[in-house]
Amino acid sequence: MDFLNAIVALSNFVLIPAIAYGSQLALGALGVTLIYGILRFSNFAHGDTMAFGAMIAVGVTYLLQYWGVSFGPLPTALLALPFAILGTMALVLITDRVVYRFYRTQKAKPVILVIVSMGVMFIMNGLVRFIIGPNDRKFADGERFIISVREFKQMTGLREGLAIKTTQGITVVVAVIAVVLLFWFLNRTRTGKSMRAYSDNEDLALLSGINPERVVMYTWLIVAALATTAGVLYGLDKTFKPFVYFQLLLPIFASAIVGGLGSPIGAIAGGFVIAFSEVTITYAWKKVLKYMLPEQLEPSGLVQLLSTDYKFAVSFVILIVVLLFKPTGLFKGKSV
Amino acid sequence: MKKLLMASAAGALLAGAASAEDIKLGVILGFTGPIESLTPAMAAGAEIAMEEVSKSGKLLGGSTVSAVRADSTCVDSAAATAAAERLITSDGVKGIMGADCSGVTGAVLANVAVPNGMVMISPSATSPALSDASDNGLFFRTAPSDARQGQVLANVLIEKGFQSAAITYTNNDYGKGLADSIEAAFKAAGGEVTASSAHEDGKADYSAEVAALASAGGDILIVAGYVDQGGPGMIRAALDTGAFDMFALPDGMIGTGLETTFGDEIEGSIGTLPGSEAADPSVVLEAAAATGVDASGPYIGESYDAAALIMLAMQAAGSSDPAAYSAKIQDIANAPGEPIAAGELDKALEILAAGGEIDYVGATAVELINGGEAAGGYREIVIEGGKITTAQYR
Repeated sequence: MDFLNAIVALSNFVLIPAIAYGSQLALGALGVTLIYGILRFSNFAHGDTMAFGAMIAVGVTYLLQYWGVSFGPLPTALLALPFAILGTMALVLITDRVVYRFYRTQKAKPVILVIVSMGVMFIMNGLVRFIIGPNDRKFADGERFIISVREFKQMTGLREGLAIKTTQGITVVVAVIAVVLLFWFLNRTRTGKSMRAYSDNEDLALLSGINPERVVMYTWLIVAALATTAGVLYGLDKTFKPFVYFQLLLPIFASAIVGGLGSPIGAIAGGFVIAFSEVTITYAWKKVLKYMLPEQLEPSGLVQLLSTDYKFAVSFVILIVVLLFKPTGLFKGKSV
Repeated sequence: MKKLLMASAAGALLAGAASAEDIKLGVILGFTGPIESLTPAMAAGAEIAMEEVSKSGKLLGGSTVSAVRADSTCVDSAAATAAAERLITSDGVKGIMGADCSGVTGAVLANVAVPNGMVMISPSATSPALSDASDNGLFFRTAPSDARQGQVLANVLIEKGFQSAAITYTNNDYGKGLADSIEAAFKAAGGEVTASSAHEDGKADYSAEVAALASAGGDILIVAGYVDQGGPGMIRAALDTGAFDMFALPDGMIGTGLETTFGDEIEGSIGTLPGSEAADPSVVLEAAAATGVDASGPYIGESYDAAALIMLAMQAAGSSDPAAYSAKIQDIANAPGEPIAAGELDKALEILAAGGEIDYVGATAVELINGGEAAGGYREIVIEGGKITTAQYR
C-alpha cells in the first residue's frame, strides 16, 4: 500500500507534469532544430513565434466563445489552433521575405543571422505585447480534469491523490500526432526528402536540382506549425503570458542542443531529458521517501536538491555540461 | 534685533495661516504593477478626504487641497523614487500619501522624503522593517506592521484547529517580512511550520513550487502573496494537484479577483486584513464606490485616514509646511480630544481652528504607536459560498 502511495505521489507531482512539460519543450525544440539544420542558424525569435501563435489562438478562442461555439469537453482552443497556425505561417513567411532572405542571398555567416534573429525576437515580442498586452490570459475551457484528485481517491482508496488535467492529456496526444506527422513528412514525402538532402549537404542538393527557396519556405511553414502548437499547448496547460515564452527559450535551446542540433529525434529526447531533470532536481522527495523507507530512516528535511527558484539553472548546467563533453549532443547532431 | 526676528517670524506664520492657498498633496501608489487592481480605490479614498476638506472651506482660512497622483509601481524602487522626486520638485506637494508596498516605501522614504524634509504617510506599507527606519519623525503609517498581522493570523489558525501549516511568500520585503512574522507567531502558539519557501511573481507555472510544499505537508497553505500576481497561481496549482484545499490568506491576497478566480473551490479558507469595528469605514467605502472604483479591496479607509491626518495636522500647526506640521500628527491621532469619525473632517477643522484638541478615529480607528505606526485592528474573513465574508474583528 505504501509502495502504491509512493508511486501515485511521484506520478502526481513528478511524472505527469514532467511528461506534459517535456512534450511542450520537445515541440519547441523540434522547431529550433529544424531551422538550425536547414537554415543553419539558431533562431532566437522562436519563443516569441510561439507567443505570437498562442496569441492568435487566444483571440480566435475568445471569438468562438463569443459566437457560442464550443468543442464539448475539449478546450475550444483546439478549434482555434488551425487558424493560429495559418496566422503564424503568414508571419514567419513575411519575416523571411523581409529580413532573412536578404542575409541568405548574401551568404551571411550564421552568427550574423543569430543577431538578426534577436532583432526579430524583440520586434515580435513588442508586437505581441502591443496587441494583447503583457497580462495573463486564461483561455482554457471545457472539462478541467480527465481524473481529479477526489475521484481518484474515491476510486482507489489510497491516501495520495492523482490528478490528470485535460490539458496535460491533450498536450501529450497532440504532441505525438505532430511528431508522427513530421516524421512521416520528412521520411516519406518528396519535399521532406529534399529538405533532409538540403540539410545534409547544401551544394549536392542544389546540384541535384532542389529548389532552395522552396525548401526554405516549407521549413518555415513546418516550424510555424510546430511553434504554434507548442505555444498553444503550453498556454493551455499553464497560462498565456507573453513574457513567459521568452523565458522558455533557454530550456528549449538546451533541449535542442542536448539532443543534438539538427536531429529531430534528438530534440524530442532532449525535451524530455531537460523536463525530467528540472522537475526531479527541484522536487522535494520527502513524501515519496517516507512511503518507501522504513520508519527509522525517514528523512526529516525536505530532501530537495535545489530550490525551485533555480529551475532554469538546471537547464543551464546541463547545457554547459553537454557543450563541454559531447558538443554534438546525444544523437550526433551538428556541433555548435 | 531678536524682537524684530521674532516678530517677522510670527508675521510669516500669520501670513501663512491667513492667506488661502491651493495645497497639493502627492498620492503615490502602484497604479501599475502587482497590486494595480487595489490602488484606484485607495487613491479614491485619499481624494475623498481632500474633497471633504476643500468643500468645508475651513482649512487654513479657506485653502483647497488637490491630489497629484504618481505611480510607485509597487516593485521598482528607482521608478518610485523618481516619481516621488517629481512630486516634490515639480509639483510642489506639501505632503505625501503613500507609498503603498513596503519595498518602494522604504526607498522613497530614504531617498526622497527624509532629504527633502517631506511628511509621508503610508496607508499600506506593512513591513516590520519600516518600524526601525530612520525617518526624522517624518514617516507614519495608518496600516499596522505585519508583525501584528502575523500574530493575528496565527491565532486564527490555532483557534480553527490547524496544527501544521506550510508557508509560501512572494519573494520581496513584504512577503518575506510577513512570512517570518507568521512563522514566528505560529510556532510560539504551538503550531508546526512544515516549510516556508518563496515563489517568484509573474510565472506561468507554479507546479514545482507546490510539489515541494506538498511534500512537506501541512493542514493548510499560507499564501503571503499578491492577488494579481503569483498568489492565485500557487492556489490553482495546489488545488489541481490536490496538495492543499485550505488556504490562509493575508491582506495582499484578499480581493475580488479571489472570488472570481476560485469561487467556492476554496470554501472555508480564512484570511485577515486590517480593519476595525471601533470605526466605521462605510462612509468612505460608499463614497469611493460612487466614484466608480471597486471598493471591496483593502486599505481604502487607511488611505482616507492618511490624507486626513496630513490635512488636520496642517490645521493644528496653522501651516502647510511639513517641518511645522509633522510634529502635530501624533497629537491629533491620539487621545486626548474630541473623537472624530470618518466624514467629520469639517468638525475637526473647526475644533482645531478654535485651538481645541481632537482624537482622530477616522475610518480605521487610527491610533499611532511606536513612533508613528497604527496599533492595528484586523478583520477576519472566511470564504463562504464563494464570497469573502467577515467572520469577526480582532
